[in-house]
Amino acid sequence: MTADTWAIARFTVLMALTATALALPPAVAAGWLLARRSFPGKTLVETVVSLPLVLPPVATGLLLLWLFGRRSPVGKALDAAGIEIIFTWKAVVIAMMVVSFPLIARTVRAGIEQVDRRFEDIAATLGAGPFRVFRTVTLPLAARGIIAGAILGFSRALGEFGATIMVAGAIPGRTQTLAVGIYTFVETGREQAAWGLLAVSALLAFAAIYASNRIVDRAERA
Amino acid sequence: MIALTLAVTMRQEEFTLAIDQSASVEVLGLFGPSGSGKTSLLEAIAGIRRPDTGEIRINDRVLFSSSAGVDLRPRERHIGYVPQDALLFPHLDVEQNIRYGERSDAPPDLFGSLTGILELDPLLARRVRHLSGGEKQRVAIARALMTRPTVLLLDEPLAAVDRARRERILPYVLRIRRDLHVPLVYVTHDASELTAIADRVLRLDQGRVVAAGTPAETVGSPSHTLTTGE
Repeated sequence: MTADTWAIARFTVLMALTATALALPPAVAAGWLLARRSFPGKTLVETVVSLPLVLPPVATGLLLLWLFGRRSPVGKALDAAGIEIIFTWKAVVIAMMVVSFPLIARTVRAGIEQVDRRFEDIAATLGAGPFRVFRTVTLPLAARGIIAGAILGFSRALGEFGATIMVAGAIPGRTQTLAVGIYTFVETGREQAAWGLLAVSALLAFAAIYASNRIVDRAERA
Repeated sequence: MIALTLAVTMRQEEFTLAIDQSASVEVLGLFGPSGSGKTSLLEAIAGIRRPDTGEIRINDRVLFSSSAGVDLRPRERHIGYVPQDALLFPHLDVEQNIRYGERSDAPPDLFGSLTGILELDPLLARRVRHLSGGEKQRVAIARALMTRPTVLLLDEPLAAVDRARRERILPYVLRIRRDLHVPLVYVTHDASELTAIADRVLRLDQGRVVAAGTPAETVGSPSHTLTTGE
């Protein structure tokens, strides 16, 4: 395996970790909202949250390309502020965040739904306000679901291809991730290098799924 | 002693709970078969369930009033609630459970006196899942009392405990009344428990009060008596 392989692996893991860390707080908030609150338009919110799960990632990438391009209001504002997104590492993180967000939010939601609501009721009778109830009761009791969601989101981010190649391209040393790297190496006839990336990808995927299963097993035994 | 007004209606699955009672009591017993509305009434007092109509008042403090549009949140009610299954927080140890609702203005010796009265000192570092049914109840009672409630609601505290141990736990409940002067609302379907501790009893059936008065007037003489060690 070449130094290139390791550099790409390191970059991908770093981007996936950043994306997961950034997607986690809003995904936990969305999961809690869907698990514990009823409000008008809830089904619509549920659908929008899950959309990136079923939309082809390339299509998601196209939407992001438009959103952060110079023709959209968001892109214009960023451009005026001197912030460049498209074809930078930031685009890699955003693409990963968008595709992993629904997986994290759905897993967190399932985890929170498993927490007996009466624990939250009791905490309220003991004088805890809604935020303290969430922080000291809901969150710790749903911890396994939240960790499982984070691992699932991280795994999805590691393998992200379609949206990434649309908004970040495949610039060696700048935006090239494992999945994108495998594709471009095969395209350019560097099959051996592609196999190296495949090996690293398999190793990382194995580790993530193994960790996730361990958490689920421990939750079942507890 | 508290003055308690319970005048509520609440739709249940099989009947409508309709209560209209006022009482000044130290220990009010709610007696009746399973599914007669006892737990729903406690949850309404604690603020966990919302009655359809009516009023709940404790010592002139309105906790709920459908006509005045008052519905205090559970944390504003200052009511201790111990559900039948105790519901201790499984991720906290015994001491952390007891201290969960500790108030900043709590007297410094409150924790010590509660764990003393309820004999919890040897259990403080234990995980909740290693406790017996009776120990869980005592921890849940201490946790509720740490908030210095105006009234303590106990939902069948002895239901998870076998008969031999009941006679050891009932004295703890009596100590709450005697040493801490905390009024109680005590739910049970065991007449002997009420004879031992209640000064007034509401007998419920299908969501209605079918008898109200002293334990002797409402539940008759129990087929057995519990000794309380008092």
